[in-house]
Amino acid sequence: MAQSQAMKVLTEPLVNNNPIALQILGICSALAVTNQVATALLMSVALTAVTACSNFSISLIRNFIPSSIRIIVQMTIIASLVIVVDQLLKAFAFDLAKSMSVFVGLIITNCIVMGRAEAFAMKEPPGLAFLDGIGNGLGYSLILIVVGVIRELFGSGSILGFQIFTLASAGGWYVPLGIMLLPPSAFFIIGFLIWGLRSWKSEQIEEAEYQIHQVHRTEVV
Amino acid sequence: MPGISSFSRDGVGYIVVVALAVCLVCSVLVASAATFLKPLQTVNAQADRRSNILDVAGLPSGADVDVNQVFNDRIEKRVVDLSSGDYATDVDAAKFDQRAAASDPEKSIKISPQDDIADIKRRAKYAEVYLVNDEQGKLSRIILPIHGYGLWSTMYGFLALEPDANTVDGIKYYEQGETPGLGGEVENPRWRAKWDGKKVYGEDGDEVRLSVIKGSVGSNTSDAEHKIDGLSGATLTSRGVSNMIHYWMGANGFEPFLKNIRSGQVAAEG
Repeated sequence: MAQSQAMKVLTEPLVNNNPIALQILGICSALAVTNQVATALLMSVALTAVTACSNFSISLIRNFIPSSIRIIVQMTIIASLVIVVDQLLKAFAFDLAKSMSVFVGLIITNCIVMGRAEAFAMKEPPGLAFLDGIGNGLGYSLILIVVGVIRELFGSGSILGFQIFTLASAGGWYVPLGIMLLPPSAFFIIGFLIWGLRSWKSEQIEEAEYQIHQVHRTEVV
Repeated sequence: MPGISSFSRDGVGYIVVVALAVCLVCSVLVASAATFLKPLQTVNAQADRRSNILDVAGLPSGADVDVNQVFNDRIEKRVVDLSSGDYATDVDAAKFDQRAAASDPEKSIKISPQDDIADIKRRAKYAEVYLVNDEQGKLSRIILPIHGYGLWSTMYGFLALEPDANTVDGIKYYEQGETPGLGGEVENPRWRAKWDGKKVYGEDGDEVRLSVIKGSVGSNTSDAEHKIDGLSGATLTSRGVSNMIHYWMGANGFEPFLKNIRSGQVAAEG
């Protein structure tokens, strides 16, 4: 029982309860860092680590957090973890960290971290909360990597920096799609992903909040 | 719930204690990460800067070379007083940090708005220059740091000139936050290669003529030796590059120093 619950917590956010595709959280960074696969990967690792650790530590002290300051306590813990991750990246992955610029710092404001802390870690034990953090981090990573691969392939003709299509500017045949390099393209890609996912798993389709009232001609007249 | 959690959980005293405890633990965590990782980060930042200088100097700068050794062998860092164009004698060149100096009111000047074409607000009174020597120890390039505002960000880079202090021998941006794929193409080697052999100054040697134009430079473009292809889709970044060249090569920038080099008044070596 316990094991199957752990498995469920870990795998559910990948497809069935994906933080980006179903919960529609963390969209902002999914637009910002996906123009290259390398930055998408690094962001995925950073966010997964932060979500798992923040879930774990918040869950650990969940019974001691006064409810009136719980959001601030969560923010403090998350912000500290993000700073530590940022420092680690600057020490061990300097070049990539440089290309990520402000976005590592912006993990603080990523809705997934905060959302999981508030929705899961405040209620569940540390072990499970840690797995939930990993699971949601992986769900986020999955979308980020898919979007990153599409954007880098069609925007720069390469994947992880390896040239797949020879660019026209380098004497080849491929004229890159400029829009793929700009953040709005990720909106379209994520939109299509959500569409695809909901066609496959129709239980993810949300019920309409209201129905437009059918007006019969006789009523108008 | 038993124990501590049940006693006046919403009392002010309890809240303050929890808040303080959380802050204390978090600050220890952050402070220790920052302190322990500082040496590694400083080494990274310096190596990155040096490998950029080697790159613009046309020296090997890849992962397989010892950046520090090549740097020490071939490159000499000097500090120039921008207003007189002479070497500054009252600072230690090895320790001088132009970017730190630019934000220090003692060591920098405010640029008047009409002169501030590169949109940088302040600049250091002194500037770093890097003199590259060839294997015989003769001056082969002069590397000047430049920076200015593009579309989104302040772009930092180096411009390399030949010993005639006029012909461009390379440009490299090592820090910029322009749109990847558009303005970010300032880092594209193919675009950077277009700078080689261009002339900064006109015939009289006074006026900065080098500019990034809109569109591309063809074989029948007049004055092609002063013109660089614009980056397509990045008009404002291209304009930013042009402006910073005009500022830093102009009278408020390195022009006095470069004039002194040309006239032989300042020895380029030694």
